[in-house]
Amino acid sequence: LLPVPARAPPQAPFRFSPRRLRCPREHELLEDGDIHRHLYLQDILVSVTQVTEKPKVSEFSCHIAGCCQVFDTLEGYEHHYNTLHRNVCSFCKRSFPSGHLLDIHILEWHDSLFQIMAEKQSMYQCLVQGCVEKFKSSKDRKDHLVTVHLYPSDFRFDRPKKAKSSTKHSKSPLLQNASMPVDIKTFEQPQVDSMEISPVENMENASQPLSSLISLPPEKHLNRSRIPSTICFGQGAARGFKSMRKKI
Amino acid sequence: MVCCLQSVIVLFVALRKARKQQQLISKRLLREDTQNGEGKAGMEIPTDPLSEQEVLQLLRDTQKGTEERKKSLSCLRQALQHKETQQKFVRLEGSMRVLIGLFTSSLADVQMEAAHCLHELSHSSDPAVAEACLPATSYLLTYLSGHSIEFTELCLYTLGNLVVESEAVRKQLLPQGIISALASCIQSPHEAVLEGLGYVLSQLLQAKEASIEIIPCVNNALLISQGIMSTLVLLLLELASMVSKAVADGLELLICPVLRCLSNLLAEEMEGCNMQVQDERLLVALFTFMQYFLNHHLFIVQECLWLLNNLTADEPFFCSAMLTLDLIPALLQLLPCSRMVALLVLTVLCNIAEKGCAYCQQLHQKAVLSSLISILTLSDAEVAGQCLELLHLLFLHWPEAAADFFTQAGLQALEQHQHHPELQERVRALMNLATQPTAASPCSLVSSAAVPSSLP
Repeated sequence: LLPVPARAPPQAPFRFSPRRLRCPREHELLEDGDIHRHLYLQDILVSVTQVTEKPKVSEFSCHIAGCCQVFDTLEGYEHHYNTLHRNVCSFCKRSFPSGHLLDIHILEWHDSLFQIMAEKQSMYQCLVQGCVEKFKSSKDRKDHLVTVHLYPSDFRFDRPKKAKSSTKHSKSPLLQNASMPVDIKTFEQPQVDSMEISPVENMENASQPLSSLISLPPEKHLNRSRIPSTICFGQGAARGFKSMRKKI
Repeated sequence: MVCCLQSVIVLFVALRKARKQQQLISKRLLREDTQNGEGKAGMEIPTDPLSEQEVLQLLRDTQKGTEERKKSLSCLRQALQHKETQQKFVRLEGSMRVLIGLFTSSLADVQMEAAHCLHELSHSSDPAVAEACLPATSYLLTYLSGHSIEFTELCLYTLGNLVVESEAVRKQLLPQGIISALASCIQSPHEAVLEGLGYVLSQLLQAKEASIEIIPCVNNALLISQGIMSTLVLLLLELASMVSKAVADGLELLICPVLRCLSNLLAEEMEGCNMQVQDERLLVALFTFMQYFLNHHLFIVQECLWLLNNLTADEPFFCSAMLTLDLIPALLQLLPCSRMVALLVLTVLCNIAEKGCAYCQQLHQKAVLSSLISILTLSDAEVAGQCLELLHLLFLHWPEAAADFFTQAGLQALEQHQHHPELQERVRALMNLATQPTAASPCSLVSSAAVPSSLP
């Protein structure tokens, strides 16, 4: 390193002094780079490599026992696997979109200690990652999700655990893919009544349109529309009567 | 070909204008190579827009519990490439509710098609269409912690398009936890996911309120203490090696944000940041970039020089390295490129010269003077002014340079500017040196013994 004398102030009329430069977003020095980026975003730049074609393979089926979905691309299979088989509860076989939601489910639905502790302290954690709030009940948690995090009040992945056996509810996810009387004014979606995605849906290949649906009253606002628990659709009963959930 | 070029120029001008008005918004579209055969966004859309009745019928078809559902969804997806169809779709009551229901389906292929439909809507230039996607955002965020590469990538680009749409959208996404949801993607080993993540982040930072709402949430001191600068330097070295291997298509898009990050972090002048970057190879990387992109992407040269300024301003480490690695000639070669480049080059040279006589002596040896005389002759007032500052520093610390300057007809170059109001004082101060006898620099006796000659 070459020797450096102590820094002296500039001698008039000269004024240069070394200075680090900070460029905020709108700085003119960044203009050309920004324009280039936008040309890229709008696909004007021809030099950027194209999306490669996905290779197709001959048809193969999912290897998970009981699942009969068939695929002809690896990506299709990967997405199916991740959606239905990756985050599966080993107690009740429900699958979840993420490990985070699965963990919360196991804690709240299958951990007897949780129920005991929940009587004394706030145990229901907020679903948003990064939020540390906890609540005394799942209803309080839902209110928090709606008011603070602006989640929809019918958020699919936040259903309270039913007190009674929800055997019948495990079939209700079929509804969302069922045909239903179409009303020009509204398209009502029967909502899933539990916090999960049921694997029962892989019965799709053998299904017929379900016609025994109750026609739901049109609703203008985002209220949850619940299927009464007494409705049973008979079709696609992949499982028999389930063992009762452990009660505290 | 000509009209294609013309439309590019028109677009170019429009983008610059938009940027100056701080309204530069661009969205990204992922569209597969399906029926078109072209597969590029913005290319011809094969079908005509649908009538309202046709959209309604398609929507009904997606509600059937048969194989037809996936086909109808595919048709819908294609139809939604049209702005008019998009508008009709979102106006149909309950349509978004249905689409979101399909988007949250446990049938993977249905979900994927619905995701593509959402993506088309998010890309719309009609704000009403993009904002119609708002009810889907909580699910888009939930799915970010999933594992399907293609699906996650699609969700990310959809979010990125929505984020840039309006403040109203961001006012929903931020409380919904978009920042922490994005954090879960950083761990992904998949390039496509990381690129999508980069897209969302860059779109978030485009927001007008970013400087108030988003950026202050970023703790630069924490980043620095966790070694982010070393990571960025290593990343630049990696990128430079790719340039050498000629795998450089689109590389400037990756280099640019890293340069900006490093430069702005250095400008924070926080404790510990200088040490993390002191790696001579960084200089080699910067000059590799500048040489490679000189002819096609001058903005890279500009931004590299900005970083070089921040590296050389205070710490002598990089000033020394510039000399020992013999990078001065390469730096001088950049002078004619553009006005801004010339200003930056001269500023870097001033940074080096300011460090004292040992540095000035070496600069003199590198024939800086002849370049300065040419640039002084050709330039506008601002560039000339920076030239004068550099000459002053050189003459101050190494008077031999002054003598040399005047024998090379430097006086004539100076005279050109002697009446300019911004420059005249400084010009006259330098011209006075022509008449004075050359004084020995206070450090020249010592330094000529101590200074190592630069390596070839």
